[in-house]
Amino acid sequence: MKTCLTAIISSLMIFSPMAYADKWSDQFPHIKATGDIPGDCSYEKMSKKNYKGKTLKINTHAIPVMGEPTALHAEQFEKLTGAKVEVTHTPAGDLYSKAMVPFQAGQAPYDVVFGFSNFINDWKRYLAPVPKKYMNSPEMKDVTKSHMGVSSWDGTMYQYPVDGDRHYLKYRKDVIDNPEMQKKYKADTGNELRVPRTWKEYAQMAKYFNDWDWDGDGEKEYGSAEVMKKDDLMFAAFFSRSVAYAKNPRTPGGFFFDLETMKPNINNPGFVEALTDWVEATKYVPPGGTNFGLGDEIGSFGGGQTLFSFSWDDAFIAAMQDDSPIKNKVGAAPLPGADKVWNRVSNSWENQYNQAPYIVWGWAVGVAKKSKVKDMAFDYLCFFSNGANHQADLAIGRFGVNPFKNSDFDPNIYINSMGWDPEIANSYTQTLLDMEKSNNRVFPLRVPGVFEFTSAVATGTSKALAGQLSPQEALDEVAKEWEAIVSRVGKKAVQDAYAVGVKMEDNKL
Amino acid sequence: MNFKHKYFFLFPGLFVLIGILIFPIIFVVRLSLSGWNSYNPGLDYIGLENYIRLFTDDPRFWESFFRLSFLSVTTVILQYVIGFALAHMVWKDIKFKRFFRVLFLVPMMTTPVIMTVIWRTFFHESLGPVNDMLSVFGVAPKWLTDPVIAKFTVIIVEVWQWTPFMFLLLLAGLLSLPKEPFLAAAIDGASPVRKFIYVTFPLMAPISIGAIIIRLIEASKIMDTVYVLTSGGPGTSTETSSFYIFIKGLREFQMGYAASMSFTYLIIMIISLTIIAKVLTKVLLKE
Repeated sequence: MKTCLTAIISSLMIFSPMAYADKWSDQFPHIKATGDIPGDCSYEKMSKKNYKGKTLKINTHAIPVMGEPTALHAEQFEKLTGAKVEVTHTPAGDLYSKAMVPFQAGQAPYDVVFGFSNFINDWKRYLAPVPKKYMNSPEMKDVTKSHMGVSSWDGTMYQYPVDGDRHYLKYRKDVIDNPEMQKKYKADTGNELRVPRTWKEYAQMAKYFNDWDWDGDGEKEYGSAEVMKKDDLMFAAFFSRSVAYAKNPRTPGGFFFDLETMKPNINNPGFVEALTDWVEATKYVPPGGTNFGLGDEIGSFGGGQTLFSFSWDDAFIAAMQDDSPIKNKVGAAPLPGADKVWNRVSNSWENQYNQAPYIVWGWAVGVAKKSKVKDMAFDYLCFFSNGANHQADLAIGRFGVNPFKNSDFDPNIYINSMGWDPEIANSYTQTLLDMEKSNNRVFPLRVPGVFEFTSAVATGTSKALAGQLSPQEALDEVAKEWEAIVSRVGKKAVQDAYAVGVKMEDNKL
Repeated sequence: MNFKHKYFFLFPGLFVLIGILIFPIIFVVRLSLSGWNSYNPGLDYIGLENYIRLFTDDPRFWESFFRLSFLSVTTVILQYVIGFALAHMVWKDIKFKRFFRVLFLVPMMTTPVIMTVIWRTFFHESLGPVNDMLSVFGVAPKWLTDPVIAKFTVIIVEVWQWTPFMFLLLLAGLLSLPKEPFLAAAIDGASPVRKFIYVTFPLMAPISIGAIIIRLIEASKIMDTVYVLTSGGPGTSTETSSFYIFIKGLREFQMGYAASMSFTYLIIMIISLTIIAKVLTKVLLKE
């Protein structure tokens, strides 16, 4: 009898989460792959909250990237809690000002504001810190150290983690790993066809596979799809290409600036070499590729048009979706490195292999300090990124939600619920995990007036890509502009803020 | 009878004028004398610092202004020529006159931003239909990625979008012309070309001047087409003054500096448009 009772109780305990899962996934098909996953902000827990009569106002990105999951989770949140949620969609370029204008005017038309993680320095004084109860939740404990750092300023978290971003290489595995292609490439070029270890190898392969139908689908394919459109996140693509040449682990103290003097490094030979490579890349992108924004890049690589791509996860996830023509034909790898790296202390090249991951800025979201419904706002964000929603969001490329929890690096998630080839799932999770473990990471620039700095980079590099200036002239112009910005903002203010990022890069935080 | 109280009836209009025109201008002037930006919000006073920076250390503003001048003058001339031709065509008795009058107005009735997104798709160099069709002839222009061609792409879209406005004004002008000069010309046996040169065009001069000035004012604010089509690129080759002010003000949040650019731009536009209006009046209304 005792054994029988124990068995019944054990069964109830084991299957109770599944019972919830069935109940909630029936009502909310978005989480049908996992059902509800128990946690502080699970569907079950949220259903016990009562926000009837309260309104939550959210400003988020346009649909689909981040805008679609925001609206979807808002609708779910409304059904569960009785709250009214109003979602406003704003183009990426206007997210900053849409929040900053009312912030500076002392108003809070939005309780929740989405933006990019590098806005943190400008926004932090207007955002409420994430309360302790969320900080201590098991879900938050699962967030990677890098992304805790990205969401926080000097130990205080202002941005609720909903997304994790880094740039890495995506390539056509069916070409690079194809023995026939390897033989042909070797015969024609004398080089090995392999996952490129350096940007020079990347360029050689991209040029070779440019402008001919190498997958036999009757359409021409091209070498690389990259974000090159001015002001459309292009500066991040440039930094991705720069880290290999300019982030030297033996010269701590600043990638973007020399922290001591605040002299910009942006026009040193490391960055110039990267921009020279990038100008060369205009020869192996698809027609119109120099006007590609992130959406075009995702569509181009995800649609099977190019051999390579690098930037955020989205293009990779899009390529691995069920409706993709190249599902299970792509691979993930770290960003290419370089056979030399600039030493800004000795002012000379070090002829040794260097690779550096770029933990790029990504989607971030905060709660306005002046919001009158802060509890509800944080509950919404906690619900947004609960286990079930997060896993379901990860599987949809256009959502723009990427891994930022340690549990996301389990390849089985991608194999079991998304149908990925185990080898690809392993290479993907391993690539991301290695970036987390690296000691030579570059983090986004997060200083006051960050937009002025990045806008100057976008303008300068786009002039070089358009042939208006040489790479050296373009970056000299950027450096001059950066010096002027530092002088306007105040050297001390920029230096203090930059020191926080440098600590992270130098593995001291 | 004391009529002084009649001035009270002016107050509502005056308040509206002050609220939507006078106050913003005064505020922009005050803002331009401040260093308001993302890290230093507030109306502090920095004197003429922003103006000194603009006139001595910002060639990009002046480059964008000259680019804007080229784009707006070119588009308005093309719009005038095409608009006049179309208006002249449907002014006469032709078949389906009403249908064409409505058809020619369609582009103006569409939303500029949405239409520009569609044009961007048309001109997409690897996925767009324009180059797909042109590939039959072995050509594939770099509509959006060549610094020179991109300017003409912007012009094409602007001309398509706003020629109907010119058409509408000129058609209204043509319909209001007196009939007598045309009858006199017909009695004198003037050919259609001579009739146009010596009768229609001179009679249309006052309306033409008005239409050109209105379109020049509108064209000088060109922003949405550039924003959607090229983001000012490649490089800075399609960046116009308003787009540059937008970048500095609402992207980089240099509110004080953007205000100084806006005010300078306003002054330049008032002066240059006054000169253009005078010159046009002198040239077209010389008789």
